[in-house]
Amino acid sequence: MKKTKINEAHYILKGKMVEFCGWDLPVQYSGLNTEHMAVRTTGGIFDVSHMGEVWFRGREALKAVQHIISNDAAKLQPGRIQYAGLLTESGCFVDDLLVYMMKENEYLLVVNAANIDKDFQWIKKHTARFDVQVENRSEEYSQIAVQGPIAEKLVQEFTDIDLKPMGYYHFAQGRVQDIDAILSRTGYTGEDGFEIYFKSDAAAASKLFLDLADKGAKYDALPAGLGARDTLRLEAKMALYGNDIDDSHTVLEADLGWILKLKKEEPFIGQEALARQKEAGIRRKLVGFELVDKGIARHGYPITVQGRGFAAVTSGTFAPFLKRSIGLAYLPLENAAVGSEFQIGIREKTVTAKVVETPFYKRNK
Amino acid sequence: MAKENLLYSKEHEWVLSAGGTATVGVTDYAQHELGDVVFVDLPAAGKELKKGDPAANIESVKAVSDVYAPVTGKITAVNAKLGANPELVNQDPFGEGWIFKMSITQASELDELMDLKKYEEYLKGIAGE
Repeated sequence: MKKTKINEAHYILKGKMVEFCGWDLPVQYSGLNTEHMAVRTTGGIFDVSHMGEVWFRGREALKAVQHIISNDAAKLQPGRIQYAGLLTESGCFVDDLLVYMMKENEYLLVVNAANIDKDFQWIKKHTARFDVQVENRSEEYSQIAVQGPIAEKLVQEFTDIDLKPMGYYHFAQGRVQDIDAILSRTGYTGEDGFEIYFKSDAAAASKLFLDLADKGAKYDALPAGLGARDTLRLEAKMALYGNDIDDSHTVLEADLGWILKLKKEEPFIGQEALARQKEAGIRRKLVGFELVDKGIARHGYPITVQGRGFAAVTSGTFAPFLKRSIGLAYLPLENAAVGSEFQIGIREKTVTAKVVETPFYKRNK
Repeated sequence: MAKENLLYSKEHEWVLSAGGTATVGVTDYAQHELGDVVFVDLPAAGKELKKGDPAANIESVKAVSDVYAPVTGKITAVNAKLGANPELVNQDPFGEGWIFKMSITQASELDELMDLKKYEEYLKGIAGE
């Protein structure tokens, strides 16, 4: 099993370790609910070093990025970030990712851990004709996410970068505890927060994580694991690749039309299929639901709409902050309006669910 | 409840056998592994089960797990308090967090369960894996 450079810290903090995408990572430390609530009310510190970092450098770096993503990277300036889809010819997802514009002719793409190799092969193949150097530097980088209302105060204690003026989806480069880092105001929890990317040895990486946890304690912030990361992102309706988005559902069906820029200058993979689908209209759509009956509808549980089988729950959980059973699923467009009811099979039982507004949770800004 | 008087299954249920009735819950180890319990799906009273059949489901935020019938028999009672307070399974697994009671039709099936000493050894074996 692969270990992040922060691995030792998880054992010191008595994390409950599991295998995730080939990595030895903590599913929780003090408890999933406790960690989830900490992020919503104070703060949480996550090791997300398993995420992948792919660098684009060269005269045609922008052209190459534009060719493979759904969003319009030409709109970026140095220090800005964009969420985008890496798409197949049919407009479905190879992955979802963040694009960081480092400077002119240099971009960083942050991709999902499970997809690093697949993405890198895909990217190399589809950018070969551009004057660009593409490098997978995932192994070199550690990443720590500090999320929650106290994130700014806590991270500020560790860095010379002035965090207050930094906007959402902006980043800066500077020192974090004497380590050169990229520090961005981003996250996967629905809260304010930061993600810190850095290269260091294991001792320094573990020390930074432990020090963040230690200093965080005075704000009642906690180290948090993969379990809370999943329930937090689902309350905020952030898609998980492999569950809610994949290579058989398009950007439009995933209700992510805002990351699709059909009119951008550079033609991109999936553009034609999506232009056609936009014209013709989608037939199914990813929606958020809440259970009317008791139970928890989890990933893969079968759905019936007016007596007819239709796909399955893509993500579902008991939402620790909202204290309701929530989930995501693709429904036929005519049954996807807020308030529509449908059924989910939970083992031998059938329970009723209804479509609700999303995100389920939205923080007060 | 005195843990010495209970019997234990490999699936981490505990069983109190008294007067032809088995009271069934999950052990402290099981509740800890499950994490925060948010819903317990209880069987209907009168339901007939064979030893090893799934009898109830415990849903935690993380996962769902079955509670199996430790013997063959009929459900005689369920812990209705778990409807409003599923967290009793975490807070008091051997007491207020009991799950169901069932009749014991073949007392010999109890012999296949472990006593406390054997169960503790069994747990050590799991921890050593």
